[in-house]
Amino acid sequence: MSAKPFLNIDHVDKIFPLGKGKEYVALRDVKLEIRENEIVSIIGHSGCGKSTILNLIAGLDTITKGVILLEDREINAPGPERAVVFQNHSLLPWLTVYQNIEMAVKKVRDDLHPKEVRDHVMRYIDLVNLDHAKDKYPAEISGGMKQRVGIARALSIEPKVLLMDEPFGALDSLTRANLQDHLMRIQMQTGNTVIIITHDVDEAVLLSDRVIMMTNGPEATIGEILEVNLPRPRNRLELQHNEEYLRCRGAIVEFLYSKFAKHED
Amino acid sequence: MLLKTINTIALPTLLFGVLIAVWSTVAVKIPGFPTPIETWNELLIVLSDPMYDNGAGDQGIALQLFSSLKRVFGGFALAIAVGIPVGLLIGMSKIAQTAFNPYIQILKPVSPLAWLPLALFVFKDVDMTAIFVIFITSIWPIIINTALGVRSVSDDFINVARVLQLTAFERVFQIILPVAVPFIFTGMRLSLGIAWLVIVAAEMLTGGLGIGFWIWDEYNNLNYSHIIIGIILIGVVGYILDTIMGFIADHFDYRKRGRV
Ligand SMILES: Nc1ncnc2c1ncn2[C@@H]1O[C@H](COP(=O)(O)OP(=O)(O)O)[C@@H](O)[C@H]1O
Ligand SMILES: [Mg+2]
Repeated sequence: MSAKPFLNIDHVDKIFPLGKGKEYVALRDVKLEIRENEIVSIIGHSGCGKSTILNLIAGLDTITKGVILLEDREINAPGPERAVVFQNHSLLPWLTVYQNIEMAVKKVRDDLHPKEVRDHVMRYIDLVNLDHAKDKYPAEISGGMKQRVGIARALSIEPKVLLMDEPFGALDSLTRANLQDHLMRIQMQTGNTVIIITHDVDEAVLLSDRVIMMTNGPEATIGEILEVNLPRPRNRLELQHNEEYLRCRGAIVEFLYSKFAKHED
Repeated sequence: MLLKTINTIALPTLLFGVLIAVWSTVAVKIPGFPTPIETWNELLIVLSDPMYDNGAGDQGIALQLFSSLKRVFGGFALAIAVGIPVGLLIGMSKIAQTAFNPYIQILKPVSPLAWLPLALFVFKDVDMTAIFVIFITSIWPIIINTALGVRSVSDDFINVARVLQLTAFERVFQIILPVAVPFIFTGMRLSLGIAWLVIVAAEMLTGGLGIGFWIWDEYNNLNYSHIIIGIILIGVVGYILDTIMGFIADHFDYRKRGRV
């Protein structure tokens, strides 16, 4: 493993101005180093600033203080090397599954010939097992399929980092498990660096090499980082009674519901 | 099933009967008011030679309607050509919105007919004046709905565009227009409806040609049955225009192409 971090979030603050001279300090002094090919999940109570961090990495929002470096280059705008899978898939409803991916590929890979574009798009549709639905419109396919298209679109532009903001949050638990398995299989094939936001403890342990646990806002920051020492490929059935799995699960539950419990009032 | 038949056939027929009865009563009470039968016979005569042309001021009903439609579509086309770009600009730029908004708010409630004398003075031409009045009538719904369509583009789509680094041009054609087009057509449909209302009044004032002029001319000729015929034909043409616009609008609306 290289000494230099692949993605380096270096003492980052994010302050939202609220008008009339008021402000909200969402993030304070966030430090995080992410290695290449790693799957990292960020977990924390709702409103703690998970999406805020992801948006800063994506370049969709501006950093107040500090710097984020990807391979030593400062991030200050969105770009296709940091693809985002949005929570509500955000597929363009007037384009088919194929066209949604093709639109991204055509824009980012302008070096490809039309024939190559087709092969490229089909490779990623194939990766998420959606060949049969390639000519369907988003409204004609299920929520889980839409999210798979969103993942295929993000991967098709061959990003250095895949950013996912609660990608499976809106899905039922069976579909969710299915997509988690898809994601793990795809990541083993492609070797992507993945940052995934979740508020689901099992999802965090199952998917991640490391789990980043955030304290509550305002001035949220990273509370603890947990290494998940489970070999891949991982199988959810076998993990059920696995000691390391249960240890990790317990540590996160302890963090979320004891150390940084959030009382809704 | 039976109830449905009653609702769709029997009730309108019944209402038609009531209407004819009221009309006949009025015709009896007011001397010279055309009866339904007289009007029907006149209608057949008017429709029997709709294309005759005895020079200015004396033309068949189809030619009158046709010249009104020509003016409406002239002004409507101009309003589309100006209104859509302006609406896109206002929708996309906060600065443009701040700049245009006060003028739109003040000019929109002005009756288009208030512009007519000014237009007549400037153009000194009846056709140009009518087209200008229709232009002023049509432009506001088109601008407002286009801007609304642009603003209804969700932040998620904009974020997709940002991550892919789409140029401003690509954003307009690949993201904004597909979302805005159904709104633009709603605006156009509204505009065309109002334009058809306004053209009748405008032509009564300008004279010369057109269905509005024709009705006013028949009033001066004491030919009251023709006024009623005019009203009916204006209604039918307006209904056809609206149906066609609705059809085109649905065709360009991605939400209505068999998917929601
Ligand atoms: N544009 C904004 N303006 C002001 N406050 C914001 C803005 N975006 C997020 N916040 C606040 O920052 C905090 C973190 O939000 P977010 O990152 O969305 O939380 P979550 O962990 O649920 O994803 C919340 O308290 C939220 O209200
Ligand atoms: Mg969030």
